[in-house]
Formats: sequence, structure tokens, C-alpha cells
Amino acid sequence: MHTEWIWGLAGGLLIGLGAAVYLLGNGRIMGASGILGGLVDGSDRTLERLSFVAGVIAMPLLLRPLFSSVPETHLTGNFAVIAIAGVLVGAGTRIANGCTSGHGVCGISRFSVRGIVATLIYIGAGGVTIVLMRHVWELI
Amino acid sequence: MRAVVSLLAGSLFGAGLLISGMTDTTKVQGWLDVFGNWDPTLAFVMGGAILPMLVAWRMSAHRTPLTGGRFPKMSPPNLDRRLIIGSVMFGMGWGLAGLCPGPAIASITYGGLGGVMFLIAMIAGMFAAPGLGAQLDRAANAA
Repeated sequence: MHTEWIWGLAGGLLIGLGAAVYLLGNGRIMGASGILGGLVDGSDRTLERLSFVAGVIAMPLLLRPLFSSVPETHLTGNFAVIAIAGVLVGAGTRIANGCTSGHGVCGISRFSVRGIVATLIYIGAGGVTIVLMRHVWELI
Repeated sequence: MRAVVSLLAGSLFGAGLLISGMTDTTKVQGWLDVFGNWDPTLAFVMGGAILPMLVAWRMSAHRTPLTGGRFPKMSPPNLDRRLIIGSVMFGMGWGLAGLCPGPAIASITYGGLGGVMFLIAMIAGMFAAPGLGAQLDRAANAA
């Protein structure tokens, strides 16, 4: 379908609007890994972290049935890949102190050197990983 | 009040992730895989998300947040071991499964058993992160 970039842009604007509300309202950087990681670590601001996560989960649940072709995740069925990938994403984002939303959306828009460098690195690592796993080793 | 702001921000974020197609791993992996059937969607999502934030950062100058306190200061541009190795690890996992933390949370009600497993593994990785980070620091000091 050739309209997917419009949905991408529209969805992206909503993501950025959410980040703007979070920043201007609460004075915090909207990073998914930081907000969830704070709950895992038992850091402060539990209630606002939980209400953020509730919104993130509730909206797709409410909106998804409205689509003519219902969105799916198409996640691999290989549980070993899922487990390894999940641990890498969880540990990596916490060690680097940010993910696609924090370093990517909020960092780049602020011209943060750390955010821009982190984004280049995780995109590069992701690209190399999928090319090797798919085309060279043909493991996934 | 802060919780209300969070709920609103989370709702916009969750809606945006679904509408943009970012909870679909084929789109994310399709963007990362430049040798496959390349999918440009993610670039539009990233560009679209950065636009409101450019305005928001500008608005944050000479102001305080609505609920009080202060805006976060920009971190000094230290490209330390944690930032680099952590981002490499994150990128590898992102490429492998096509999920980053936001979409992993957003798709939990429709991602099936695999989605639940990914979230549990991701949380386990978050538990392990402080220890792994400390080991990285020790290795840096020893070097």
C-alpha cells in the first residue's frame, strides 16, 4: 500500500506530541525504557510511570479494532530469538540510558550529541544484525 | 496532576505507535534491512515525532514545566563506554526481533505469547543492567 508513509508521519506526529506533553507538562524526557526501567528499579514517581504505561497499553487496545486491516506484530515464533533479543533490548537501553524514544525522538530534537550518537549506533547495530542474520547466516 | 499528564502523554504515544505501524516488526526490520525489501516508514515516523519536539524544546526555554520543577539539563557530550556498548546491545536486540521498548509495551495486548515473552525478557534485561553496567565500569578502570 502506498499510503503507509502518511500513517507513519501521522503516527510519528502523535508520538512527538506525547513527548511534548510529557516534557512541557512534567518536565521529563519521554523515554519508554527509562519510564519502564524506573518501575523495574523501584525508583520514585511510580504513579506517573504507571499512568504513562497504562496509556501506552490502553490506546492500541481501543484503536486497533477500528482499522480495516487489523494491525499485527508479526513477531517471530522463534522463542530463543525473542528471549535473547528481549534481554539485549532491556539491558542495552538501560546501560545506554535511552532507547528510540529517549535518545532518538527527544535527544535528536534537542541536538543532543549523546542522543544522536546513540541513535546512529543502535540503528547501525540493528542493520548489521538483521543483514547478517537474514542474508549472510540465514538464521532468522 | 503529573499522573494525568503522564496518562495523556502515554495515550498519545501508544496511539502514535499503533497508527504509525511501529508495533509491526516487519516494518521495523524492513527499514533496518537495507538489502531486503526496504520499507521507508520508520524514517517518516522518526521525522514526524521530532517535529513537535523541536517546538517543545524551544518552548521550554525561559519557562518551567506546567507541574513545577525544572526542565532536564542537557547531559555533557560524554560518549562513554556505557552509551556505546549499551546502544550496540540495544541495536542487536532491535534488529533481531524488530521491537524496541515502546512498541513492546504498546503491543502487549495483541502480540500473543511471543510478545509477552519479549516483555518479560526485556524486564529481566533491565534488572540485570545495573550489574552489567558496573562490570563495564570495572573493565574500563582496569584497562
